[in-house]
Amino acid sequence: MNLRRLWAIMVKELRQLRRDRVTLAMIMGMPILQLLLFGYAINLNLRHLPAAVADQAQTSGSRAAIQDLFASGVIELDAQVQTPQQLLDLLRQGRISVGIVVPPDFERRRLDGREALQVLVDGSDNVVQSAAGQLAQYPLNQPDNFHARAITPISVVSFYNPERRSPVNIVPGLVGVILTMTMVLFTAVAIVRETERGNLELLITTPVSRTELMIGKVLPYAGIGLLQTTVILALGVWLFRVPVRGSLGDIYMAASLLILANLSLGLLISTRAKSQFQAMQMTFFVFLPSILLSGFMFPYAGMPVVAQWISELLPLTHFLRLVRGIMLRGADFGDLWHDAVALLAFIAVMLTLAIRLFHKRLD
Amino acid sequence: MTDIAIQARGLTKRFGTLVAVNAVDLTVPRAHVYGFLGPNGSGKSTTIRMLCGLLTPSAGTIEVLGLSIPRQAEQLKRRIGYMTQKFSLFDDLSVRQNLEFLATVQGLSRHDTRTRVDELLLRYHLDDRQPQLAGTLSGGQKQRLALAGAVVHRPELLFLDEPTSAVDPESRRDFWEKLFELADEGTTILVSSHYMDEAERCHRLAILDNGNLVADGTPRDLTAKLQGRTFLVRTDSPRRAKQVLDTQPGVLSVAQIGNELRVLMTDTHPNADLLRGKLAGVGADVDVQPVEPNLEDVFVVATRRHASQQEQPA
Repeated sequence: MNLRRLWAIMVKELRQLRRDRVTLAMIMGMPILQLLLFGYAINLNLRHLPAAVADQAQTSGSRAAIQDLFASGVIELDAQVQTPQQLLDLLRQGRISVGIVVPPDFERRRLDGREALQVLVDGSDNVVQSAAGQLAQYPLNQPDNFHARAITPISVVSFYNPERRSPVNIVPGLVGVILTMTMVLFTAVAIVRETERGNLELLITTPVSRTELMIGKVLPYAGIGLLQTTVILALGVWLFRVPVRGSLGDIYMAASLLILANLSLGLLISTRAKSQFQAMQMTFFVFLPSILLSGFMFPYAGMPVVAQWISELLPLTHFLRLVRGIMLRGADFGDLWHDAVALLAFIAVMLTLAIRLFHKRLD
Repeated sequence: MTDIAIQARGLTKRFGTLVAVNAVDLTVPRAHVYGFLGPNGSGKSTTIRMLCGLLTPSAGTIEVLGLSIPRQAEQLKRRIGYMTQKFSLFDDLSVRQNLEFLATVQGLSRHDTRTRVDELLLRYHLDDRQPQLAGTLSGGQKQRLALAGAVVHRPELLFLDEPTSAVDPESRRDFWEKLFELADEGTTILVSSHYMDEAERCHRLAILDNGNLVADGTPRDLTAKLQGRTFLVRTDSPRRAKQVLDTQPGVLSVAQIGNELRVLMTDTHPNADLLRGKLAGVGADVDVQPVEPNLEDVFVVATRRHASQQEQPA
């Protein structure tokens, strides 16, 4: 490998990138936009679900019970209706997510110790369903419930994110998601574009070796990846008070591993794709499972075994374990070494395949 | 060091069932401008790509500058320049940046890069275009830049694949001046083209048709073989005369040029009187004169002969 040639390729790549305003804007715009979207808009701890009440008892006790439910903050009163049938209509129209039925014999049922309230839930949304389910655990306002509270058999203590704020979980993961999306795509497209424009036919008749060509094209993007990491982390800490409990060095190390893994995957795609469009499609073929199966959206433990196998193959899965461990639990590489090894193995396999499959030939 | 730059024997390339290049034998002497003439799809680009090691031949042997190709292709790459048919420099880099990149990649030192790029910019009239993006240059300027890029490391051998196909006549003349300058300095040049006037200027040339080498030699030798077989017919009604001649045995081709017909005959009946006789019925005023054969005639003979051979039952 000749360092001057490698340097020439990197400089060329950066100069081309500097002229490409749209890509430049994407490099910085994408992390910021996604951070704001995920940080502010996505919240799995639901509040203020629209609700309606059909109070057929109309006693002071029923009114107090309803007041209590609304005091939880999970639901918000949208309408008062007369019959349960009207509640069903509102649910079907999608105007409310929760309906509360107070039967006429509310007081009798309460004294008898039978179920006194009915909560109707729009089950077409999973998250709404489980949030409304919490209402059933809510103690009704009566003296006996002091006992009920006292004898709840299990108490849950939440470590690392006691306020259950979504950004705390999402920001570290978002570093991984954005790096997966941009790094794979940039490298794949960067090489395929040269094939499309005919530049590659020129490059392969020069003494440039394939290793020089690949590394020279990839390294500038690794720098960009680290820049993106910095932007997301800085904004995450500043806007969403995401804690950084482990060492910053470990975080960047984990990010570098993920960046290299994604770049080598991008290179592999570039050796197979015939056009930029194909490269883009192949990138999304990898990107979607990464989002869904890595544990970014849904917990790994809840997946069927086959999905877990696929999940283990994705670099993002291992990065998420690393970065959540380091940032939120204050872990270090010693605690999480097997995920680091998994990423290294991924890089080795992809890079070997990519350099093997890339020929300085046209056939 | 031998006097032969390229030696290929039985060079063949198949893409699936298609035979793009069929058993071509080539010998290119050093410091010559060697032309590759043939219509589109005749296998010129494929042959060039095999010679510089970009494509692996299906059969045959290649020796370029004493190296066995494709086995020693990497060693060859330091010693050749290749100008692709399509402009393949970077549209989004400036003229100077393109040349500097190629110079560095070809292994020139920092100092050599600067002086060599300055020299090339002057020589190829691009010094006032240095900061301009390559993608915004005119056709002729792009061509000169591509040539400058191909010779940045002073290669011994230069492959040019239809370098002037997108260039106006004046730029073409200019471009050929540059090629002869390079040849005078000792560079061997293999250039493909489908322009006859360009072929005429080569030291030697090969005509390719459907992947077959159908003629090979100096332009003078090739045209000399057709001596006495070409005639110019002047008549008032050239279209009727053409119709008559087209069906005559012994007439290979008739091409109308303004009010004149250029007639090429097979070597068995080259006779002006014969033509006059045939044309007696066409009109009163028919004049037939022998003329010097040109490369276009060579081209017609070479490609026709091959086609008729193919039609014969094996």
